[in-house]
This record gives sequence, C-alpha cells and structure tokens, in this order.
Amino acid sequence: MAEMTYREALNQALREEMERDPDVFLMGEEVAEYDGAYKVSKGLLDAFGDRRVVDSPIAELGFAGLGVGAAMAGLKPVIEFMTFNFSILALDQVINHAAKIRYMSGGQIPCPIVFRGPNGAALQLSAQHSQACETYYVHAPGVKVVTPATPADAKGLLKAAIRDPDPVAFMEGELLYNMKGDVPDDDDFVIPLGVADVKQEGDDVTILTHGKTVHVALQAARKLEKDGVSAEVVDLRTIRPLDVETILASVRKTNRAVYLEEGWSFAGVGAQIVSLVQEEAFDWLDAPVVRVTQADVPMPYAKNLEQLAKPSAERVVAACNRVLYR
Amino acid sequence: MATKVHMEALSPTMEEGQVVKWLKAEGDAVKNGDILAEIETDKATMELVARGDGTLRTILLTEGGTAPVGEVIAVIAGADEDISDLVGAGAKSKSDKESGDSGEAPSAPSNESDPGSAETVEAPAAAPAADGSRVKASPLARRLAEDAGVDLGSLEGSGPGGRIVKRDVEAARDAAPSTAAPAASGAPAPRPWSDAGAAEGHDEVKVSQMRKTIARRLTESLAPVPHFFLTMDVDMGRVVDARKRVNALVEGSGDKVSFNDFVLKATAAALARHPECNAAWHGDHIKRFHHVHMGVAVAVDDGLITPVVKHADRKGLVQISREVKEMAGRAREKKLKPDEYTGATFSVSNLGMFGIHEFTAIINPPEAGILAVGGVEDTPVAVDGQVVIRPRMRVTMSCDHRVIDGAQGSRFLRTLKAMLEEPAAILV
Repeated sequence: MAEMTYREALNQALREEMERDPDVFLMGEEVAEYDGAYKVSKGLLDAFGDRRVVDSPIAELGFAGLGVGAAMAGLKPVIEFMTFNFSILALDQVINHAAKIRYMSGGQIPCPIVFRGPNGAALQLSAQHSQACETYYVHAPGVKVVTPATPADAKGLLKAAIRDPDPVAFMEGELLYNMKGDVPDDDDFVIPLGVADVKQEGDDVTILTHGKTVHVALQAARKLEKDGVSAEVVDLRTIRPLDVETILASVRKTNRAVYLEEGWSFAGVGAQIVSLVQEEAFDWLDAPVVRVTQADVPMPYAKNLEQLAKPSAERVVAACNRVLYR
Repeated sequence: MATKVHMEALSPTMEEGQVVKWLKAEGDAVKNGDILAEIETDKATMELVARGDGTLRTILLTEGGTAPVGEVIAVIAGADEDISDLVGAGAKSKSDKESGDSGEAPSAPSNESDPGSAETVEAPAAAPAADGSRVKASPLARRLAEDAGVDLGSLEGSGPGGRIVKRDVEAARDAAPSTAAPAASGAPAPRPWSDAGAAEGHDEVKVSQMRKTIARRLTESLAPVPHFFLTMDVDMGRVVDARKRVNALVEGSGDKVSFNDFVLKATAAALARHPECNAAWHGDHIKRFHHVHMGVAVAVDDGLITPVVKHADRKGLVQISREVKEMAGRAREKKLKPDEYTGATFSVSNLGMFGIHEFTAIINPPEAGILAVGGVEDTPVAVDGQVVIRPRMRVTMSCDHRVIDGAQGSRFLRTLKAMLEEPAAILV
C-alpha cells in the first residue's frame, strides 16, 4: 500500500494506461501546458508529448466530438471536462453519438472513450457550477457511469474505464482531489466496473450512496454508532452497470435503507435504487426507503444556505432513525 | 367497481376455510362491513365481511365447500356490471376441481362467456384488524407474521400511524406463540347403528378444519419434540376441604370453584416459582417467560381447543374459574377470538371427569410442558403404617427434554404437590 492523494492516484492511472497503450490520449481545457485545472495531468505533457496530451479551446461540444470521432476511428481518448457542469454543453456528443454508435452500426463501431472531471458541488461556486450531473448520464443506455470516492477506487476504476470498450463518464470530486488514502501498489491495480463496495459493515440500517457522499455516510455511521446503531455503508462505485446483488443483499440483511446523494431527489439516482429495492426486496423491508439529497433548489451561493441545501451527516442520521422507527 | 370476496385468513394458522352458511344470497344488496358468511376455520367459526358495496352477484363456493385462503369465493358488483372476467378467475382456481373430488357438488357456476379468458393473478387478502379496518404493516412484518403464524389483526403497531413493524411481530411471536389443541381426549363417536342388514360398511366423517389442525399440530409435536413423562400422586384432602370453604364463601354469587380451578391456580403458582418450566425452545436459545399464561384444554364437539387464562399466577381462584367457564362456553360455540386461544406458556388437560385415572398428554408447541390431570379418587394408601382411604389425584407432566430436564421437572412437580397438599402454600 502507498498513501497518496486522490489527485495523485488519478495521475498514476493516466500515466500507467498511457504507457501501457499508445492509443490512449488526453484532451481538454488546460490539461497540457497548465498540468490541468486541478493538476490531475501534472507531468503528463513532459512524459508523453503534445500529440498525446492536447490542450483544447474552450468548446466542450467541439472537443467532446473530436474525442468521439477519434474513438470511432480506433483511438482511446480521455476527455477532461474542467467540471461536469460544463459537460452539459457536450451532452449531444455523449448521448446521441458516443452512447449510440455501437448500437446503430450493428456492433461494427465501438466507442471506447472516457469523459472525466469533477462533478457536484465544491464550496460557494453557486448554482451553475455546483451541480451533480450523474443523472443526465445514467439515464441513457450506452454510457457507463463511475463515481470513485477514495484514492484507491479512483485509480483502479479509472484504469478499468480507460480499458473499457464503451463510453464511460468518470465523475470525480473537487473536494476529493486532496483526500489521502491507501492505494495498493500492485503493478496493475484495476477495479472492475459494476462492483459495489461495502465501505463499512453493519446490521441495523443500510446507507446506500455513491461518490463524494460516501464520506458523509461514513460520518453519519460513526454518529449512529454512538447511539448503538450499526449502519452499513454501501458505495455503488459504478452506477451503470449497477451491482444489484450487493445492494439487495445488504437491504435483506438490515431490512431498511437510506439513499444518500449529492444531486436533487427528483428522478435522481436514489429514485432508481428505491424502485429496485421495493421491487426486489419488498418482503424484507421493515420501513419505506428514505432519500437524503440536495434540497430541491438551485445551489445557493451564500455559505449558510449552501450548507443547508447540501445533504449532511445529521440529515442522514435523522433519515436512519426514521427508518429504524427511533 | 367490482369487489372480489376472498377466503380470508381468519385465524393465525388458517390455510383454508369452509363455508358454513351464506348469510347473503345472490342478488342481495350488500354494504361494506356486512356479514356475508360464516366460515369455519381451523379454530372457530368466524364471520366474513363484505369489503365493498354493491350486489352479491355470484357465489362461487357453496355451503360446505372449502377454499384455500386467498381464493375468490364470491363477487360483489353493480347490478348490471359485467363480471365475467372475475367469475372466470374464481372458477379457474377452484380447489375442488383441481383435486378432482367428485364427491363434492361442484360449487362454481359454469361460466359460459369464456372461462379461459381471465388470467387475473389473485393476491391473498390482507388480514383484517380486529375492528375490521385495514391492517397497516411493513412488508417484512407481514412476512414474519405469516412465517410465525401471528395474526396481524391482533397486534398493535408501534410504527408511524400504528404501522406494525418487525419488532411488533417479533414481540408477539415471542410472547404469544400460536397454539393448538394438546392432549388426546374424547372417545370416538359411536358409529350410528344401521338396520340395513349385516353387510359390512363404514361411514365417512368429513374431516373438519379443526380436526385437520389437531392432526397436523400434534403430529408435528410428537415427532420433533423429545417428550418424557413424570408422574406424581397428590393427596387432595386439603383441596377438598378448601374447595368446600371457598364455595361456601362465594355461595349465592353464582360462582363455583372446581378441583381443576385449584389445579390451574397451583400449577400457575408453581410455574412462577420454576421459570425453567415456564419456557420455550427457540433453537439457539430458550425463552423463560416472565408471565404465566395457562392453556386449558377444553373438549368441543369436533375436537378440542385450549383457551388461555392469562397471568393465571396473579389471578384469584374465582377469577380463574369464571374465565375458564366463560371461554369454554364460547369455545363450544366456536366463538373464541384468536388471541384467546394463543399465547399459553404451559397447559393443563384434565380428563378426571371421564373417570380417567391417569394419562399422558402431547405437548402443544412451542410450550415446553403440559400437565395431564386424572380424577380425584378415594384410594387406600399407607399413612404412618396404617392403610387409610384418602382422596388422591394422579398428575403426569409431559416435558420437552430440550428445555426441561428430569430433575427440573421433578422439582416443579414437588412444588405443585406441596401447594395442593397444603393450599396455604400458594399464598406464601
């Protein structure tokens, strides 16, 4: 094991995959000369040159489209969005092209491309720059969606995403980049897509979540433990494909579930999981599944209001108590 | 809007029910809550109420017919409403037809429109609450209740809005395990004499719901529960005196205390002192109850049932006597409510009135013991080297050896004997 930041783990994954496969290249705003807006691509220009680490103009739809074309032509692009907030401009390339071309070509044209960058809110970036965008991506079949919460998951999952034959939206977190954690120092550490991870085992209630809020869930679990409640924290890691079995096994064990996510509740990821749980584990449920999400408003700029709008450990504890009838 | 009338689970252990009598006829107007039929369950005859308004359009199960819980047995709908689909679904699932029992009159009317067209999947009706309203329970609670044979309608939910949740069912399951009839009893009914000649033959007696339950439950008991038996003689001289004095005290009140009431009172008091015998086997643990709920085996026309005197150790003789009489009376009329015949922690079966000297009874799981009580008989016994005639009674305790060992059972019986031979000991 080696301790490193989430940022360093991503950098290692990119570096290793670019060394491993000459078809892999990185493109995005300021990824080359500036080492990336969040320094994820630090040193890659020097190591791989400007044909494989490419600065793009500020034109998301354009460079996403270049990436899709390159992937169709046989390369393996990694397209960095400075944040997924800006990727909304490029959704046509992702949803209408990358996600569809294998299907519409009868399997003849695969599209092995990774769209990556920070997703969700950081601190006081206001309404347009604080959005959790995973629901836009998970809705359409054809795109895989990965949301690593720890440095180890970031490295292992990014390597899997780059090797995957299909489009992958790889959603990081601005507030995660400095987070440190142990990362296995295997020569080739890859975590398969579609496998959830039980971040903490427990018996009384299951907190299901993905991405950055895994840490909020763990914080809530620690608070609950003081009250004698044993909470299980299940990190989906990949939303598509979804690890249905791990989710259901946990709910069948604890008989109650809370879904926690950064985004809004309406048609959110949690809505899908609630649907799954009630359909497949109905007879194991002792309480309705409850969700903890961002308030149903554009993210406020004011610090106090932003805090109130975001899901918090306190709200998760309250939700757990509700399903525990405590 | 048509309403299907389902065979409902009217007792915790009911798997099928028999229509004793329809109280409404086809074509009658019915309102939500009206009593439609009397249904014989495995325990009692219960009322089936309408869950919708309209006209009782068709009856799919005739009187005497049997249907599994969940099956559609009638349809309530508007007078002119097309119910052919519903009738088709009901007829399709008829158990009588499936079992090919030609001895039964076909009870479903033929459906000429298109019997194969309806593929409606029927969900079993939810158990109604005691007051007939909808039971609110979590899905898990429903499943646990079904597995444990707990009647959701008899529970109070501790969740929001009275929702019955896991902990409620678990508490009920632990406190009130379902019971059925213990102890073999009763002589077989004599075969009616026929003067049709000397030809050999037999009568077929239809097996009632209660008889089926007795057969199943007692077989389930004797096979897996390792029984052993402890027998003890009790001198009843002082109980005979005490009974006279007690009955003199309450003379004119209509109350009259029996020997069996004394046995119940003493057994309950002895159990309170021997919690190891007031217990139940639960696989990985043994539950020792804080309360003493005495099951009292009562013979009824078609079998037997054990009404429960709750907290018998804390009740007076007259109270016990009244409750037993009152519940036994209703048991014979099959009017006991499920919570009145479930939840015993120990049972007593007395066949003394039939002149039985001693017998052994079969434990009623999950109880761990039952006391089989013979008659009080004048018996010559040796007292201080002299043969004297004493009123004696023989009791035999059946013990679940997983819960009770020989020495524990014996100590309990010794306490019981001491209490009956000196009733003042009950007060100590």
